[in-house]
Amino acid sequence: MLHYPKNSKTPVFAASRRGFLKMATGAVGGLLIGSVIPSRTVAQAARNADALGMPFVHVMPDNSVVVIAKHLDKGQGAATGLATLVADELDAEIGQLRVEFAPSNTEIYKNLLFGVQGTGGSTAIANSFDQYRQAGATARAMLTAAASEAWGIDPGRITIAGGTVSGGANSASFGELAEAAAAQAIPTEVRLKTPEQWIYIGKSLPRVELPLKTRGSVGLFGMDVQPENGMVVVTARPPRFGAKPASVDDSAARAMEGVIEVLQIPQGIAVVATDTWAAIQGREALDIVWDDSAAEMRGTDALMAEYASLLDRPGTPTQGRGDAAGKLAGAVQTVTADYMFPYLAHAQMEPLNITVLYDGAKAEFWFGSQLQTIDHGVAAAVLGLDPSNIAINTTWAGGSFGRRATADAHLTAEAATIAKAWLDKTGRPQPIKMIYTREDDIHGGYYRPMHMHRVTAGLDAEGNISGWSHRIVGQGIMIGTAFEQFSVHDGVDHSSIEGVGDTTYDISDLALDVHHPQVGVPVLWWRSVGHTHTAYVMETMMDELAEKAGRDPVEFRLAYLRNDPRKAGVLRLAAEKAGWGQPVPEGVHRGVAVHKSFNSYVAEIADVRLRDDGTAKVERVVCAVDCGVPINPDNIRAQVEGGLGYGLSSILREEITMTDGEVDQFNYPDYQPLRITDMPEIEVHIVASTEAPTGIGEPGTPPIGPAVANAVYRATGRRVRALPFARHGLA
Amino acid sequence: MVKVKLNGMDTELDISPDMPLLWALRDKLKMTGTKFGCGVASCGACTVHIDGVATRSCQTFVGDLEGAEITTIEGVDSPAAQAIQAAWVELQVPQCGYCQSGQIMSASALLSETPQPTDEDIDAAMEGNICRCASYARIRRAIHRAAEIMEA
Repeated sequence: MLHYPKNSKTPVFAASRRGFLKMATGAVGGLLIGSVIPSRTVAQAARNADALGMPFVHVMPDNSVVVIAKHLDKGQGAATGLATLVADELDAEIGQLRVEFAPSNTEIYKNLLFGVQGTGGSTAIANSFDQYRQAGATARAMLTAAASEAWGIDPGRITIAGGTVSGGANSASFGELAEAAAAQAIPTEVRLKTPEQWIYIGKSLPRVELPLKTRGSVGLFGMDVQPENGMVVVTARPPRFGAKPASVDDSAARAMEGVIEVLQIPQGIAVVATDTWAAIQGREALDIVWDDSAAEMRGTDALMAEYASLLDRPGTPTQGRGDAAGKLAGAVQTVTADYMFPYLAHAQMEPLNITVLYDGAKAEFWFGSQLQTIDHGVAAAVLGLDPSNIAINTTWAGGSFGRRATADAHLTAEAATIAKAWLDKTGRPQPIKMIYTREDDIHGGYYRPMHMHRVTAGLDAEGNISGWSHRIVGQGIMIGTAFEQFSVHDGVDHSSIEGVGDTTYDISDLALDVHHPQVGVPVLWWRSVGHTHTAYVMETMMDELAEKAGRDPVEFRLAYLRNDPRKAGVLRLAAEKAGWGQPVPEGVHRGVAVHKSFNSYVAEIADVRLRDDGTAKVERVVCAVDCGVPINPDNIRAQVEGGLGYGLSSILREEITMTDGEVDQFNYPDYQPLRITDMPEIEVHIVASTEAPTGIGEPGTPPIGPAVANAVYRATGRRVRALPFARHGLA
Repeated sequence: MVKVKLNGMDTELDISPDMPLLWALRDKLKMTGTKFGCGVASCGACTVHIDGVATRSCQTFVGDLEGAEITTIEGVDSPAAQAIQAAWVELQVPQCGYCQSGQIMSASALLSETPQPTDEDIDAAMEGNICRCASYARIRRAIHRAAEIMEA
């Protein structure tokens, strides 16, 4: 059985930020010659010349293997995944492995799919699969060369297994060879293992940090950073998006025990205190009059009416094909349906926080940074510092679901602004922890944008699709951000339409157009982004068409998946495992959905029973997944379970609404997530694949909503087209 | 000055009586294993044991704790807690892990009281603990597994 040392003093994270000697001299595993290294890292490396230090792996004299994770681990398991790739090529022992998060350094640690250092889009393993295996293979080659030199044996006769290097009668640990390995030439080319040689890939390595997470996660999360002499700050932000303080009376707050300073900043009024409770109490004592002249004043009802009117008007056409209008005109029957998806908060369990120490010349940050490049650049800009004087220490994060990947770095900007205002006012450099309370988080925007869809789809006399016309209304997440060029083309933000225009259903005549209304509510990606709503529409409409055509929902979908064998494959597998088409227990109703997102394929079949009060209880979900080579099957199962739970949570009761521009929800009592009583039993079946690995953090989320909705239709005869279910007494 | 027994140690809390225990632990005593999630006793992340009962520390005030026995995730080591922690690792329950201090405190209190809980017992004891990663199915299995470990 694989296990990590039970009582290891530093099982993760604290090992070192050392060993960059190779990088300092420009010899960095063949991949990163000429990289610019932060000077402090070089200085630290110089003190550790006995380590084999490379960008992604350090082999330490104490025999530990430190994997430098360039991706934030917010629960999705990226740290263990990256360590698995290195350890496999290196044939390291599990007990040797440590994981540390990379410093902020775009050139070395960029996401190869984004070009910036950052985590998202279910890309952590997809973009690192070759890079981290190469890092492990490079370290292996250098350990081999060192052993060969030391023992006078041909490198071809040196073997490595179980963390031990052997040759002839000799053997040594990695640690014993680390210094000599560091002196070896970096190989320009390394040969990676073949899949038959893998020892950890595909074997469900246990998560490196889980023992700590059962003992309080002490030292892991940004929220738990407790620096010497540190203070806590909370900010009173305007109740309406875009409002500004008109006048502030902070005298009562300043008189409170523990409150040290009150700072007016562009984002609001920041109360700095000795502890969190004092800061919160101090903020409650502020008397602020807000200026709403530039604020978003529309409520949800007004926005819905506006969006509904846009459904009647042609938008910007995109990704159409064939002759949808002509085919619809010739259809023997058509279905038209409107859908509404509310704003959603991420409501990750660890409230947002950033700790910053700024002394006027340099600044250091501690938090679960998800877009280090953007955070770094914004911090430098706000503080007027050269980027080389900014350091970001990425911590583990207590969930994100997109919330920490702030495309505008508004959290970093706010923390930096507060740190600067504090230093300007007091002249004392002190660590400040900015926290969002739960109310700040739920109430504070950066939501999954509200969307409406209208679909008209036709069927011909044989029950085949005859034209599909689709209109989408919603704010574009990436419009106006640093990511605009990635996603916005010809006025259409493709994060709003992913899953429709690029559907692999073979629908030959499809028209799609889009409206992106201007609304003053900040929006952001939310686990699986556009697929959160597009999959719901596509998969409930396919179900409806199958029914109108008098065809089985699985068979109907398969007929349109002849060009997408992997999507067809997961649908068939889920159907087989769930016993699709066979009798179900009395009172159980079954629904299916399948969706491709982030280059992975997930089919889900949900068994739903209605409770006595008419609410829907999802009892069991059978999933089939194809995400390429399964690096860590148990983590794939965990991510599908969790992704499905996150999606189920959103369709049951989650909804952010506004009255006259002010958000109505504040905390979990009025923004109600899934609880254990809502959770189904879940089976996850993984397709054995040799394709390159793709994402798994998000793809479990999109299919659950439509699978449940399709089951609820069978139970009630009602097609739920406006979410959440709670609007209809179903949750 | 409030005298309590904290993780088995006699401790004097020289802390404002109206401060919630959560913030006394985290900010005054620098014990960060107990997590802040909502502040309104709605998510369970801040759960500790007070006289053996799973209690939300964000709505428990220092001034009400004279003589109380307080156990936090840093100090919990009952047979039930050890079984829960072992089962949590065995079944790889946590994902982000932020809620898990509270989940483990709730689950270990349940198991101490009810060594062989039914699914209904688990629902009742655990419904107050939110996990946004939705590790609930594994939590349920791990509680049953911990019950087996304890019985063995």
